[in-house]
Amino acid sequence: MRYNRWALYGLLCLAAIMIMAPVFIMISTSLKSMDEIRNGSIFTLPADPSFAAWSKAWLGDCTQTLGKKCGGLSSSFMTSVQIVIPALFLSVGLGAVTGYSLAVWKMKGANVMFAALLVGMFIPPQVTLYPLIIMIRELGIFGSIPGLILVHVIWGVAFTTMMFRNFFKTVPQDLLKAARIDGAGFWALFWHVMLPLSLPILGVAMILQFTYIWNDFLLGLTFGGRSGQPMTVALNNLVGSQFGEKEYNVDMAATMLTALPTLAVYLLSGRLFVRGIAAGAVKG
Amino acid sequence: MNGVELRNVTKAYAGLTVMENINLEIADGDFLVLLGPSGCGKSTLLNMIAGLEPVTGGSIDINGRDVTELEPDARDIAMVFQSYALYPTMSVRKNIGFGLKMAGMPKSEIEERVNEVAELLQITPLLDRKPSQLSGGQQQRVAIGRALVREPAVFLFDEPLSNLDAKLRADMRIELKRLHERLGRTIVYVTHDQIEAMTLATKVVVLDRGSIQQADTPETVYRRPANRFVASFVGAPTMNFVDGTLVRDCDQVFFDTGNGKLPLVHVPAAANDLIGRPMTLGARPEHLMFDDVGISARVVLAEPTGPDQYVRLAVAGGEMTARCGPEQAFEPGSDINIVVDGARMSLFDQQNGQALL
Repeated sequence: MRYNRWALYGLLCLAAIMIMAPVFIMISTSLKSMDEIRNGSIFTLPADPSFAAWSKAWLGDCTQTLGKKCGGLSSSFMTSVQIVIPALFLSVGLGAVTGYSLAVWKMKGANVMFAALLVGMFIPPQVTLYPLIIMIRELGIFGSIPGLILVHVIWGVAFTTMMFRNFFKTVPQDLLKAARIDGAGFWALFWHVMLPLSLPILGVAMILQFTYIWNDFLLGLTFGGRSGQPMTVALNNLVGSQFGEKEYNVDMAATMLTALPTLAVYLLSGRLFVRGIAAGAVKG
Repeated sequence: MNGVELRNVTKAYAGLTVMENINLEIADGDFLVLLGPSGCGKSTLLNMIAGLEPVTGGSIDINGRDVTELEPDARDIAMVFQSYALYPTMSVRKNIGFGLKMAGMPKSEIEERVNEVAELLQITPLLDRKPSQLSGGQQQRVAIGRALVREPAVFLFDEPLSNLDAKLRADMRIELKRLHERLGRTIVYVTHDQIEAMTLATKVVVLDRGSIQQADTPETVYRRPANRFVASFVGAPTMNFVDGTLVRDCDQVFFDTGNGKLPLVHVPAAANDLIGRPMTLGARPEHLMFDDVGISARVVLAEPTGPDQYVRLAVAGGEMTARCGPEQAFEPGSDINIVVDGARMSLFDQQNGQALL
């Protein structure tokens, strides 16, 4: 019994170390100076921790610019925010409504629609990239933030619809009947009864969608153009396209900065997230 | 007419007819109980009255208005569900007022009516709680409150007491009866519990396999069941059924089972026409009486229930249950003599099960 317990803790610690080690190295390296990186081991702690690399990653180095910009991530951070916020609310909001109508209202072809959505979820984005490009181009919003938002919404809705549909399917029939007798129509039932019920699922959908959209690279690279370049694409450019010596500390700091928002969302909403997943597990 | 009227109501699912030509009149102020086993169609019938399920054919009138094509909220009805179906995210106050809010009633008026109903049901202290913070009995009251507040022409109850424990069920039964007497509104009530049907109803409709077996007062349904199904479904312990023939011997009427003759007393004159015909005798446990002139019966088992005692008897080649007071002691294996009360017994046709008497 006791032996098992120790083995369990040992295994967990090992897993935690394996997962945390790269993060630790990134943070540690980002706080070092280039001299220290060149001469020391990557495992040693910074002798003289400094946030200089972080500030350079965020603001750029305006003394040695190659182009017009200083090369920092701050401007693309704002672009990412401009993309994520509308794409997040639109995809989750639309998914909630479509999932609700698929689950509750017996429309003709609802099952066919749902099957199509499921298939849509399992198609890799690369396959649909070219048709999507043509579609967005025809709409005249290719290479702009609105274009990128639309693509994210299209991709997100299949997933959020499935989540909400599966949740709303578990709502007892009697509750829906009671609402019909009380005279609640499509929107009243959704707004007053179903949406408040779905708060845990809403939370999970928000977190997952935020993560997907924030972490997306392919769609941002393809559809964003110059004006709609999200942080992930900017990070790639920063890390991958410098001349001369590799600034590992700046690269690490930039990567941490890019990962920080999703990390923050997970940490702040961790409990809600677990509850939503558990609720889905029990009911679904 | 006021109340509810169903004319030739038919229900079919994907071509399979589950109810055909249901005709039913529910008078204004009636407490009508739809009674039947699971799957008999009683809930379907209630849902059709509510408008939650469309009828395949026929029409439904509520308060003299044809509502067949109307949505549930336009039918002037309210419904209480077995699972209570309270909105989990709303407070009790909002639960009760939701229907009025949907109907566009001003806030102050909703507030007033919710408070009135809460007062009536003694749930005022619970108004700001969530349903999950209430006990089953309290949730039931809120569900009733949500129906009452709309002041509908007809209340529909779908097995409202089935989820409560026995003690609470008995209390709520009394309260429902009081409520009905106080409000005088029409109630349609679905249950499979015959005690609820007997105690609450002014009229009982017994359903089986989608058709009405009998519609009458609870007393008549109990005393004069229209057929064998009704006779066996209503009453606990169940009625005794014996196949045989009615015979007359020296001015005494007997029921001859082939293995013995059960003497019948106080036989009505109408039974004379049935003599010699094969049929099924239906006798409730209280219709068997101990009498020295009767047929000999052997005690198999005695079940004391407190106020009563049920005695299982081997008689005339079969077994029957008799009911008697708790005073007398019955020794298994001993013999007693019984007669059947011909005034209260039922006789059924052996082929179609219809009552002959």
